[in-house]
Amino acid sequence: MRKPGISVIWIILLILVVGIIPALTGNIILRETVFLILLYIALASSLNIILGYTGYVSFGHIVFYGIGGYTAFVLIDSFGTNIILAMIAGGVVAALVAYALGQAILKLRGAYFAIATIGVNEAVKALVENLEQIGGSEGIFLNVNVYKAYGGAENALWLSYYLMLLLTIAVILTSWYVKNSKFGLGLMAIREDEDAAIVAGVNTKTYKCLAYALSAFFPGMIGAIFFFKNGNIEPVNAFNLTLSIEMIFMVMLGGFGMVSGPFIGAVVYERVRGILLMSEMFKDLHMAISGVLLLLVILFMPRGIMGYVKDKVTWIGRYLE
Amino acid sequence: MINGILLGLVYGLAAIGLNLIWGVMRVINLSHGAFIALGMFAAYLLFTYGVNPYLGVPFILLLGLILGILVYFVALHRIIDAPELSTLLSTFSVSLFIIGIGTFVWTTTPYAIDVSLGSITFGNLTILGTRIATGLISIALTILLYVFLYKTKLGKAVRAVSMNRTAAELMGINTTKILALSFGIGAALAMTAGGLIATIFPFTILSGSVYELKSFVICVLGGLGNPFGALIGGLILGIIENVATLQIQSGLIPFIEFTILVVVLLLKPTGILGGET
Repeated sequence: MRKPGISVIWIILLILVVGIIPALTGNIILRETVFLILLYIALASSLNIILGYTGYVSFGHIVFYGIGGYTAFVLIDSFGTNIILAMIAGGVVAALVAYALGQAILKLRGAYFAIATIGVNEAVKALVENLEQIGGSEGIFLNVNVYKAYGGAENALWLSYYLMLLLTIAVILTSWYVKNSKFGLGLMAIREDEDAAIVAGVNTKTYKCLAYALSAFFPGMIGAIFFFKNGNIEPVNAFNLTLSIEMIFMVMLGGFGMVSGPFIGAVVYERVRGILLMSEMFKDLHMAISGVLLLLVILFMPRGIMGYVKDKVTWIGRYLE
Repeated sequence: MINGILLGLVYGLAAIGLNLIWGVMRVINLSHGAFIALGMFAAYLLFTYGVNPYLGVPFILLLGLILGILVYFVALHRIIDAPELSTLLSTFSVSLFIIGIGTFVWTTTPYAIDVSLGSITFGNLTILGTRIATGLISIALTILLYVFLYKTKLGKAVRAVSMNRTAAELMGINTTKILALSFGIGAALAMTAGGLIATIFPFTILSGSVYELKSFVICVLGGLGNPFGALIGGLILGIIENVATLQIQSGLIPFIEFTILVVVLLLKPTGILGGET
C-alpha cells in the first residue's frame, strides 16, 4: 500500500493548523465555527466513499448520523457511558445497520436506490418519533450532571471539539487509503460499470456493503459527538433530510470522488452560508441564493471546484487527489 | 373510507405529475414539493381576490405549465443526459429557490383557505363538499391527461419519447419540445393538486415536502413511470391513512408508508400494476 503523499498531507496539516487556533486563543466563537466546518468536512468525506467512489447516491445518508447519535445518547443518558465509548458504539451500530440494510437496498440501482434511502430515513424518523422509551418526538435532554464526569460543561465542550478534530483527520486518512487500495479500485470499477466489474471478478455485493458500512461508521460517531455537545436530541434534528442533501451538495461542490473535494466543498459551503446568514441584505433570501449557486455549479462545473482546478491547472494535478 | 378515497384521488393527482416526469425524462423531480406549495399559495391568492379556488383550477394549470417549461430550460436542458445525481440536485436547487422566495414573501406561518361547499350526509356518514369537489376535479384532470396521452398526436409523441428518446428523435419528433412540455405538465399537475389540497388542509410554504414524500410512496406503489398506476397508489395511500388512524396511533402512519415504499422497491420495483409504461 502506498504511503500517504503530499496530496493528503496538505489537507491534514491545514485542518490541524486551523483546528489548533481556537484551542490556543481560547476563542469560543471561533471554536464553534471551526467545529461546524469540521463536522461538515467529516460528513461530506464519509458520504464520498459511497457516493463519490462507488457511485451510489445515498440520499438519506443522515439516517446513520441520527442512529449513531441516538445510540450514544441513550448509552450516556441511561448508563452513564463515557463519551468515547458511546461514540464508538454509535459508529459501530450505524455501520452494522448500514451493512444489514445494504444487503437489501444496494441491489437497487440509480434513482431507485436514492428513493429507497429517503424511505429508510423517513421510516426510521417516524419510528423514533413514536418510541416513547427514547423520548418520542420530544427527544431527550441530557442531565447537566453528566458533564461533571468531564470536569464541567465547558470542558466537555472542548473535549467534543478535540474528538471532532481527531475524527475529521481519521475520515480524511480513511478516505485517502480507501481510494488508493485494491478495495477502492473495486469500488471505482463498480461506479464506472457495475456489470463489467462483476465480469472482471469484483465481488460487487460485498464491496458495496462494506463501502456503505464504512461511509455510515463515521457519521454515526459524528452524530454521537454532535448530540453529546448539544445536550439534547430530537428526531427532527437527528434525521434531517435537508442536512443529508447539504452533504451531497458539499461533495458535488468540491469534487465528486476526490479526497480533497468534500474538504473544499464543506469549507466553501459553510463560509458562503455563514456570510449569507450574517448579511442583513441576504439573510431572508439565503435559501433562494443557495439554490441559484447550487444550480450554477451543477450546470457549469459538473466536476466540482477541485475537478475544475485539476482540469485547468495541470501542474497542480500531482498534489490533488 | 369514502373520505380516504377522495383524498387518495388528490394524492394520486399530485403523484401523476411526478411519475410523468420520471417516465418521460428519467428525472426525479425534487422540486415537486415546491410546486405543490406554490399551487397552494396560488389558490390562496386567487381566493383572497375573491375567485373560488375550484374555478381557479384552469388558471393554476396554465401557470404551472408555463413555470414548468421555464424551469426545464433553465435548470434541466443542459444536463438532461447527465447521470441522475445532476438532475436530482438541479431540481433540488430549483426547490430551494422557490421555497426560499416563498419563505421571504409568505414566511412559514400557516395559511388556510376557508371555503365551504356544505356537506352530504348518508346515514351517520358525513362527507364534506370540499372533499367531493377535489375528488371530482382530480378524476376529471386524470381523464383529461389520459385523453391527451392516448388520443392526441402530441400525447403519442410524449409516449414515444418516454419509451425511447433516441428512436423518437430519429422519427422526427422534436424531443426538446416534448421534454419541456412533459415537465410543464408535471409541474402543472403538482400545482393544481397543491391548490386542491389547500382547500382541505391548512398549509405553509414548507408543506409541499410532506406531499412530495407521499408522492414518492405513491409512485413506487403504482409503478415508477406509470402515470395511471399513481392513481391506484394514491387511492391505496388515501385509504390507508383514513382507515389506519382508526386502528393505530396516527404517528406511526409515516413509518408504515415508508416501510411499504422500501419493501415494494425491493420486491417489486415495477409497482403493483406491473411494468408497463
